[in-house]
Amino acid sequence: MAEQKTVATTGNSVVAEAFRQCAPDVVAAYPITPQTTIVEEFAKIVAQGRVHTEYVTVESEHSAMSACIGAAAAGARVMTATASQGLALMWEELYIASGMRLPIIMANTNRALSAPINIHCDHSDVMGARDSGWIILFAETAQEVYDNTIMAVPIGEDPEVLLPVMTCLDGFITTHSIDRVQLMDDDSVTAFVGDYEPQNALLDTDNPVSHGNFAGLGGPYFEFKKTQRLAIDCSKGVIERVGEAFSKLSGRPFGLIETDMMDDAEVAIVVLGSTAGNVRYVAKQMRAEGVKAGLVKIRCFRPFPVEEMVSALSDMKAVGVLDRADSFGAEGGPVFLETRSALYDLESRVPVVNYIYGLGGSDVRLDLIRTVYTDLSDIAAGSASLHGMQYLGAR
Amino acid sequence: MPAVKDYVTKNKPTWCPGCGNFGMWEALKRALSELEMEFHDYSIVWGIGCHGNGADFTKTAGFHALHGRTLPVATALSLTRPDLKVIVEMGDGDGYGLGMGHFVHSVRRNIDLTCIAHNNQIYGLTVGQASPTTEHLMKTVSTPDGVLEEPVNPLGLALAQGATFVARGFAGDIPHLTELYKEAIQHEGFALVDVFQPCVTFNKLNTFTWFRERVYKLDETDHDPSDHTAAFNLSMTTFHELTCAPDECRIPVGVFYRDTETPTYNERAVATDAPGYKRAEEVRDISKLLDSLG
Repeated sequence: MAEQKTVATTGNSVVAEAFRQCAPDVVAAYPITPQTTIVEEFAKIVAQGRVHTEYVTVESEHSAMSACIGAAAAGARVMTATASQGLALMWEELYIASGMRLPIIMANTNRALSAPINIHCDHSDVMGARDSGWIILFAETAQEVYDNTIMAVPIGEDPEVLLPVMTCLDGFITTHSIDRVQLMDDDSVTAFVGDYEPQNALLDTDNPVSHGNFAGLGGPYFEFKKTQRLAIDCSKGVIERVGEAFSKLSGRPFGLIETDMMDDAEVAIVVLGSTAGNVRYVAKQMRAEGVKAGLVKIRCFRPFPVEEMVSALSDMKAVGVLDRADSFGAEGGPVFLETRSALYDLESRVPVVNYIYGLGGSDVRLDLIRTVYTDLSDIAAGSASLHGMQYLGAR
Repeated sequence: MPAVKDYVTKNKPTWCPGCGNFGMWEALKRALSELEMEFHDYSIVWGIGCHGNGADFTKTAGFHALHGRTLPVATALSLTRPDLKVIVEMGDGDGYGLGMGHFVHSVRRNIDLTCIAHNNQIYGLTVGQASPTTEHLMKTVSTPDGVLEEPVNPLGLALAQGATFVARGFAGDIPHLTELYKEAIQHEGFALVDVFQPCVTFNKLNTFTWFRERVYKLDETDHDPSDHTAAFNLSMTTFHELTCAPDECRIPVGVFYRDTETPTYNERAVATDAPGYKRAEEVRDISKLLDSLG
């Protein structure tokens, strides 16, 4: 076990602290609400000489990710952070990071996308990047932010994986609220993340290579993509292995999903991020009232934990999926689509319904979550029929 | 003639008390009023930044664009609605950072619009990080050891790329700024007015007092705004020497350069002789075409 101290701090401060402990060679970033305090705090840490990192200020997020890619291709351990429009502006570079198999670590402080302008939490930003080949982890609390950030390093840098990792925390809710966090001692983190041994680094001048060359016209593009797919599939086992080792070190359990009150549950809510706390609270209330309510929180969204979801949800009489992003024109939000698809091969059909909630930081009130559980109970009892996607609490 | 008060909405400004944006806002409203601009005569495009909040309290049928993307929107407006006076309000982090590519290309195209830069030399909206025009060596929350780079020189850049109207204003001199705005809005072609707009909350160096001790008006000197080389030299001698003493570094404000001969992109582009919305007004007879199809 690592030596740990408990502090009161914010999700953003925790990212900066975890970055320091993981000692990146390069951080290139650009300010954007609600991410800014991460890179501000990290800039201060660099200026104080508490970490030896080349800290690069740039003129846009596109440049930030470009600088990260350059540094990672050179063989550096690289970290950055962004949100919302910043992540959207990085879009083409996200695919380059994953396609070039560069294990860049990025904190994304989930925030709505324009238009209209909004600076508050939802998951539209990361859901736009869900097919970009990045491993995507979600955190409910500042503690999970810390744990995910540290675990991201050995996950991404694993020679069988070599993929960038995005660690998501909910804008303002997790980024700016003061939370109780256990931080590990520096030596334990250093030993846990280990030294990065880059493969095919540009700065390895004894073995000169080029990165990103043309692979069309019968070239190996298709096979590159296949190996990328194999890598992210393989990352699932690596994430579990790293999570297990981390649990031993920290004493905190980690799974691709976290199940709560699911042993005898009949109705369940599936959720990502900070709202899991609200759902857990309401589920306990519902149980006191005789509803067998449960909760499935997805910690690892990419790769999607299909087997774990099936195992958790196969006996449910009704499942409600909360999506903090819409997939406009699709049958429902991204988490719904993944969840229902995962359950498709079951012998007996599990009813799954979808609720879009909290877009642009719209309040996630407990009574709204209660209506979901009530709705699910009615569906389970056969007194209500399955319905299409609903905007939860929209006026 | 609309009065200054006619250019505001019912929303109150959200800027900090004392913000340089107030001076710029007042000058813009006065300029519009003195030019007798009715609601349908102009359109304003804002970017992202504190200045962009002006979109909520300035009366216009305008556009609040993405960070750095004011000029593409304004270009489209200018080309499709040549009858409008198109005004861009952008920030230094916005227009000279993410939007820098658009800035250079809009300048070289000589799009007929007025580009007003709220240059406070800091990221105000994200509370105080170094922007592309923050002074070399200045310490900010994102650069605790001081900014490593030289700041962007917007005037020099615009002049080098062939801008046809280049001016610098100071938010602390509203009457002077009003006159600059009026001339810029009336100019046919790309008109840049880069305005030093002190951020009273996050830029503790480039304050109103700091500027007042250093600015002087070009129209009180023998500067000839038709002399491109003189304008360029002026831009080069003043932008990155701002850290020196008031008597050593003087900051010129006013019209650096004016060229009324170069045709605008709007004039060069044949298609804009009949902008799309006008062509759509004409009812076309397609009966012959239908007949040919039997």
